[in-house]
Amino acid sequence: MIRGRGLAKRYGERLVFDGVDVDLDRGRLLLVTGPNGSGKTTLLRVLAGLAATSAGELELPARETIGYLGHEPLVYRELTPLENLTLFGRLYRIPERGERIGMLLERFGLWEVRHERVSTFSRGMQQRLGLCRVLLHDPSLLLLDEPSNALDADGLELLAGVLGEHHRAVAVATHDPRSVEPFATDRLAFA
Amino acid sequence: MSYFADVGALARKDLLLELRAKETLPSMLVFVIATLTIFHFALPRGTGHVAALGLLWVALIFTALLGLTRAFVAEREQGLFDALVLAPCDRSALWLGKAIAVFAFLVAAEVVALPAFAIFFSGLDGRTVVAVALADVGIATVGTLLGAMAVAGRARELLLPLLFLPLAVPIVVGGVGGYLWFLALYDAVFGVLAWASFEYVVAEV
Repeated sequence: MIRGRGLAKRYGERLVFDGVDVDLDRGRLLLVTGPNGSGKTTLLRVLAGLAATSAGELELPARETIGYLGHEPLVYRELTPLENLTLFGRLYRIPERGERIGMLLERFGLWEVRHERVSTFSRGMQQRLGLCRVLLHDPSLLLLDEPSNALDADGLELLAGVLGEHHRAVAVATHDPRSVEPFATDRLAFA
Repeated sequence: MSYFADVGALARKDLLLELRAKETLPSMLVFVIATLTIFHFALPRGTGHVAALGLLWVALIFTALLGLTRAFVAEREQGLFDALVLAPCDRSALWLGKAIAVFAFLVAAEVVALPAFAIFFSGLDGRTVVAVALADVGIATVGTLLGAMAVAGRARELLLPLLFLPLAVPIVVGGVGGYLWFLALYDAVFGVLAWASFEYVVAEV
């Protein structure tokens, strides 16, 4: 699904990472660890096609097969969960999206608050909605940047359920790998 | 048809956001009315129509700039460009949806600003109203593209005025002179350029 050889990323004079090889297929989970500022987020953005590499060769799948969750949940705070997911469902051409949206909101415990504005949500609820958005089009490649951020015990269990699904390739970047480690098949550590 | 449905959904989203947040349009209205009021008292009596018209265009351009600086606030602050550009829709639909919303805000501000100008100064003719409408199309199309470019830049608050104001000079020239054909040509040329180049602007936002 992803093949990367000798990947490097440079912002001006600053070399973020260099010589990184990545192979990721369905059923595999790549755990990217490292301290803050080590390049984890940048690598995920490169793998999502959101940032260009400075060197190396990279094969990526079509962008509609990618689900990307960044540091922020990437949802509109002045819209409701239902409005957010309906918008992204429209842009992702999801057939029968009402049913899919309802299923995801139920799964992530947001059905009862589906008509409330996201700005009134706790950070953990926003993160759950971010996970709903990223799973909406059932991506075959899932790229998650610090997905356990702000999640409570129930939220972490829901995240574990997502990571345990084997029909997609997953890359997770985190500085706290405890909740992801049991699912990891491959590891990449930044210094 | 799917393209226009995407555009409609994106424009509706921006209008809904403004309806709820009420941040951009009230600021534009206060700014344009305050500016016209200042011009009214600053100009000596007996000032000519063309001079007053010039000040109207100055007020409209800076009001538009105020709106444009707010156009991508949600996308910038919440990193939403990442989610939007990964969607399989045509990326120019993101630009067109936003440009339509910006156009709507401009029209809403001018619905108040133009009658205020007519009261404060020497009335308003139909040609000026048509010129303003044509200018709005150009401002929305060019301004939305530049707004997206500014999101990617570090000094974004500085970047947008620096990019937008030079490109707004032809609009002022066409508007004050009442050259409707010139404004229509500007809209057509810059509309096509903005539509075609947006894909590259958001390639690494």
